[in-house]
Amino acid sequence: MGHFIFNDTHDTLRAEIRRYVERELAPHANEWEEAEYFPDSVFWEMGRLGYLGLRYPEEYGGSGLDYYSAIVLAEEMTRAQSGGVGMAVAVHAEMATPPILKFGTEEQKRRYLVPAVKGKKIAALAITEPGAGSDVSGIRTRAVQDGGDWVINGSKIYITNGVRADFYLVVTRTGDDQWGGLTLFLVEKETPGFTVGRKLKKVGMHASDTAELFFENVRVPDANRVGDVGQGFYNIMWELQGERLIGAATAVAGAERALEMAMKYAGEREAFGRPIGRFQVIRHKLAQMATEIEAARALVYTCAWRWQNGEYPVKEISMAKLFASEMACRVADEALQIHGGAGYMLEYPVQRVWRDSRLLRIGAGTDEIMREVIAKQMGF
Amino acid sequence: MEILVLLKQTFDTEAKITVKDGHVVDDDVTLVINPYDEYAVEEALKLREAQGGAVTVVSVGTDRVEEALRRALAMGADEAVLVEAPAGADELTVAHALAEWASAKQWDIVLAGNVSVDSGAGQVALRFAEVLGLPHVAAALKLEVGDGKAVVHRDAEGDTEVLEVTLPTLVTAQQGLNEPRYPSVPGIMKAKRKTIARVTPAAPVAAATVVQSVFQAQQNRRNTMIKGSPAEQAQQLVQLLRGEAKVV
Repeated sequence: MGHFIFNDTHDTLRAEIRRYVERELAPHANEWEEAEYFPDSVFWEMGRLGYLGLRYPEEYGGSGLDYYSAIVLAEEMTRAQSGGVGMAVAVHAEMATPPILKFGTEEQKRRYLVPAVKGKKIAALAITEPGAGSDVSGIRTRAVQDGGDWVINGSKIYITNGVRADFYLVVTRTGDDQWGGLTLFLVEKETPGFTVGRKLKKVGMHASDTAELFFENVRVPDANRVGDVGQGFYNIMWELQGERLIGAATAVAGAERALEMAMKYAGEREAFGRPIGRFQVIRHKLAQMATEIEAARALVYTCAWRWQNGEYPVKEISMAKLFASEMACRVADEALQIHGGAGYMLEYPVQRVWRDSRLLRIGAGTDEIMREVIAKQMGF
Repeated sequence: MEILVLLKQTFDTEAKITVKDGHVVDDDVTLVINPYDEYAVEEALKLREAQGGAVTVVSVGTDRVEEALRRALAMGADEAVLVEAPAGADELTVAHALAEWASAKQWDIVLAGNVSVDSGAGQVALRFAEVLGLPHVAAALKLEVGDGKAVVHRDAEGDTEVLEVTLPTLVTAQQGLNEPRYPSVPGIMKAKRKTIARVTPAAPVAAATVVQSVFQAQQNRRNTMIKGSPAEQAQQLVQLLRGEAKVV
């Protein structure tokens, strides 16, 4: 990729992940999109190869690499030609499990993180509810202490990996304080009272399973509490920074895939006697798309560098997430436009990028929430 | 069991080939382990996993070949050796360079690819075996090793020939022998830390061939439009397939 945050190890890793994704995942993209599922064995295999534990410590089965290795994985997963596959893996490895490493107990790391790194147990993160999503402080799913246990009641919605997951990191309300009243728990799928509702139909990201979750007197031991009581909001805000950064990196790489498709098509498709890419209107579109991708990439890599170096740049990460997501949608839309009628046909892959990209402006905090965060950080 | 794999670095099969001033330009091209040699590496690793021992990979060439050797290490090979030689050495030079280094040690089995996807000569491995006086079997689809011998199912132009050969021997791999593994991240990291031994042939054998010219083959595509009623078209098509294409 030729950027200063990447070294020789990242380059090798990138080449190997790319080879795996292009050979083992991409050929199945259409089949999995149509089935609205992909086999769990992808997790097993990626776990076996070490892709799910790139930056986890070796003592938990990871490879102890840096944060940039997670960026490399997110970028290369876009070559699977199915945003859903990349999202499922990202939720597992970069969203649901980092809080266990950061805030969890040794026992939780052994019981949940180690098998997750191996790909033997699949993880999901349950934040959003019918009445609260980007507004995390509005969460109503309640956990009440009962002796040494907690009893959880409520529901979650739009949960990625919701159908297939073996365990869920769940944000619950344990107190009345808007921000100081949230607590995180690990809930195993087999726990009595826990049920997975419908598998939800989506505009894009078809290969990824999205579910509703119901908690009816779900009893979990205190040993499953992740972090201190009342720290859930702050801990999930920490998690969301990583999630947004990975989301932004995915957006940039996805836009790059769309640009590649547009360039290929513009070079092949002829109109008025020449390839359409020779018309200034198309050339300028391509130039604009490439420029926006580079600008977003620079912002994402700068945030990644700061994150890797121990900073907590909430404002800039929000900017990166906002800008990269909106950019990815613009670029995907232009790529589809360049394809003309073909772009609107399901047989061309560009429509999938266009559909998949749309989620980027919503998931991990909407564009609107990002602007709120940025404005607040600016003191307004 | 001491297992040796002869390995060549080649162009990625999807790389665009450019010829400039009588040479193939490889500056911006991704180079990989020759796919047939990758089967050999995989087979060597499987043999070691089943019977113990060590896998050594060796290649001939310049600094850049280290990438391919390191990938074999990442897949799980124990040791790697680079025999230094200028790029473009011919098959005779390469076979002798490999044999000179390999002769210092006893190998139970030597594995290699059936052919390289670039020059496609298919000579180095067999010449290597001849220089060292080893029996050799080419184009293996299945390999069973035990009791000091190897049973090799080899691809004989579409048929399968089963041969038994005593060790030590050299066997080349045909497509279908196995599915090469992907290196794991820990494997990649371990390979990064390994040292690749370098040797220079003491008595290099001069090339027996001289490349006169290198050019890109022009593909001549020809269209024949078949006209007439469907029945006439079918008849013409069959005639062309039989008479010109000679496929039916």
